[in-house]
Amino acid sequence: MSTDKTLIRGARVLGGPPTDVLLDGETIAEVGAGSGAAGARVVEADGLVLLPGLVDLHTHLREPGREDSETVLTGTRAAARGGFTAVHAMANTFPVADTAGVVEQVWRLGRESGYCDVQPVGAVTVGLGGRQLAELGAMHESAAGVTVFSDDGKCVDDAVIMRRALEYVKAFDGVIAQHAQEPRLTEGAQMNEGVVSAELGLGGWPAVAEESIVSRDVLLAAHVGSRVHICHLSTAGSVEIVRWAKSKGWRVTAEVTPHHLLLTDELVRSYDPVYKVNPPLRTEADVLALRAALADGTIDCVATDHAPHPHEDKDCEWGAAAMGMVGLETALSVVQHTMVDTGLLDWAGVADRLSFRPAHIGRLTGHGRPVSPGEPANLTLVDPAYRGPVDPAGFASRSRNTPYRGRALPGRVTHTFLRGRATVTDGKLA
Amino acid sequence: MKRHLISAADLTRDDAVLVLDTAEELGRLADRPIKKLPTLRGRTVVNLFFEDSTRTRISFEAAAKRLSADVINFSAKGSSVSKGESLKDTALTLEAMGADAVVIRHHDSGAPHRLATSGWIGGSVVNAGDGTHEHPTQALLDAFTLRRRLGAGAGHDLGGRRVTIVGDILHSRVARSNVHLLSTLGAEVTLVAPPTLVPVGVERWPCEVSYDLDAVLATSDAVMMLRVQRERMNAAYFPTEREYARRYGLDGTRMARMPEHALVMHPGPMNRGMEITADVADSPRCTAVEQVTNGVSTRMAVLYLLLGGAALGTEEPAGPTGRHTESAEQGENAQPHAEENT
Repeated sequence: MSTDKTLIRGARVLGGPPTDVLLDGETIAEVGAGSGAAGARVVEADGLVLLPGLVDLHTHLREPGREDSETVLTGTRAAARGGFTAVHAMANTFPVADTAGVVEQVWRLGRESGYCDVQPVGAVTVGLGGRQLAELGAMHESAAGVTVFSDDGKCVDDAVIMRRALEYVKAFDGVIAQHAQEPRLTEGAQMNEGVVSAELGLGGWPAVAEESIVSRDVLLAAHVGSRVHICHLSTAGSVEIVRWAKSKGWRVTAEVTPHHLLLTDELVRSYDPVYKVNPPLRTEADVLALRAALADGTIDCVATDHAPHPHEDKDCEWGAAAMGMVGLETALSVVQHTMVDTGLLDWAGVADRLSFRPAHIGRLTGHGRPVSPGEPANLTLVDPAYRGPVDPAGFASRSRNTPYRGRALPGRVTHTFLRGRATVTDGKLA
Repeated sequence: MKRHLISAADLTRDDAVLVLDTAEELGRLADRPIKKLPTLRGRTVVNLFFEDSTRTRISFEAAAKRLSADVINFSAKGSSVSKGESLKDTALTLEAMGADAVVIRHHDSGAPHRLATSGWIGGSVVNAGDGTHEHPTQALLDAFTLRRRLGAGAGHDLGGRRVTIVGDILHSRVARSNVHLLSTLGAEVTLVAPPTLVPVGVERWPCEVSYDLDAVLATSDAVMMLRVQRERMNAAYFPTEREYARRYGLDGTRMARMPEHALVMHPGPMNRGMEITADVADSPRCTAVEQVTNGVSTRMAVLYLLLGGAALGTEEPAGPTGRHTESAEQGENAQPHAEENT
């Protein structure tokens, strides 16, 4: 396979003018019109945009433990269909990824899948319990080489534990990815607290429960000189805090999910649990603030928070339903719809927010690289002219809990290349 | 009216007046020796209660039986299956049994809405209280009581009347439904509570909010006291029950500041000594017991209007007008012992 050559003809690299890109083995050999095609497989890319392979900082692959909702194999197949070449697998599995053994297992399953690189995220505390630091150093030194640590699903709410974790990972340039949710302020929380929750009689999840933790953690990161990353930032107030922290030069990064860029809590009026997610869908004003922050770079990247759940966990009343949405296979379409088609971001900006920056935050070396000769051939071709309804039946994910069922969205990933090998061809898994 | 009754907000002013007028007609049945109409004979009404509420359940049961429906009481409490599974699977079971209407009480806000829109069942759904969302038949019986006591007769709404609702607004489905319904009927609603028990977002509701009970008593045509759970003080909603009672409880002194014609209402069960003192609860101005009576005729009206119309097919719906009631009574007399359809 390493002798295989692929010529991508007429692609708009990062949305630029059409050109040819030649892949040789695992790397990009040439970029420029008229690249030598002798013996190469040709991919006609007329009208398609070529991006560096997308990188997700926030994916729930569910294995080990909840293979009924997703496995590393099905999750990475979904990732490939969505244009991703690397995903960060969150630690809230059963058992929790809080030891070198578990993170190595997940990492190995990813290698065996062959569809997408899997970079495990390690838990910050043992069992996500929030009390005792997990062996962060051992996870870093393992074959999985963990640099991102998160108790995602739970907030590291103890200020001392958070401070210690931030300090400790400085030794190996790690980062703590915080699920910012003040637990006491969100007891019984079912949706965003505001006008809609007041009417629906559902327990409120106030914006301040996120913003108070974001405020505390940027101050802690500044105090100890560490890197902190804010997971799924969801409120206009959090944007202001991160913007302020960045203006001070503090090492703060943040992600936003596709669904928080598009959907609002008005959808909860249906009481359809497909809209139940944590953090919850917020208001129109929050959505607009998040888009603006992603456009100006205050928010560094888009991360899916792909959260598969079996059908029965959503086919029930709101209060009994699980929180979360699948997102890998619709992320790029939602970003095109909310950011590109609105003029907020060009395709170079998309490459930055969905590949360069998340790879840099995760300290991945083989992903998020420029489309240039000598770079690893991790690439995604997208057809921006496509428009069609989302059909969950066609998902590669084992779960179907998408909030976009039937919604017309633009953009379609036609090809994904992982180190020169096509994982997706003409929109289908290779 | 729509096929379901999920929220008081689903009712237009005319819908609501129709329910109240129908309830007036049906209420006269209570004065007759045989309190029964054949209107819903052969129809099945299921009382599906995921939460204990003997008062509401027996009120619906009495209403359905007085209309000659077959009544099945299904208490899902204590079921070993998980909550989500039990609602769907129970619904499918009821559908298989041919339920024409499901009266549902559930601890989760939105469960009746989900039941009505999920495709699990085909019959009508009546919300008998869901979580901290709504309790529309309670609001209808409250409106019925208000209209009767405040002198507006059939065909009229509550235009210009001032109703004050006092207590745990945040967790109250009764308050939510009453705000919708009473404002639809033209009443001016004021909510009174400590700020901790008023929901964020209340500013969009069609009502006023006050933190001062004494300031609004003199201008109220009715004061509705909500039950306040003592456990709320453990979550710091208020410091102690004594402080709550002092600031927001209705006692004789406060009642004396209300206009002479003004009512004291309570959806029950009352927490004597907390939100209401015994002398107020037992005074002739307190309509708590009358509300229970009115609950049966109001719920009869709801079941009648949801089930008794077109769905009857060949039979002309036995209207609650005098003529129809008479013929219905004859029908009842023909089979005086055909009851207890459980």
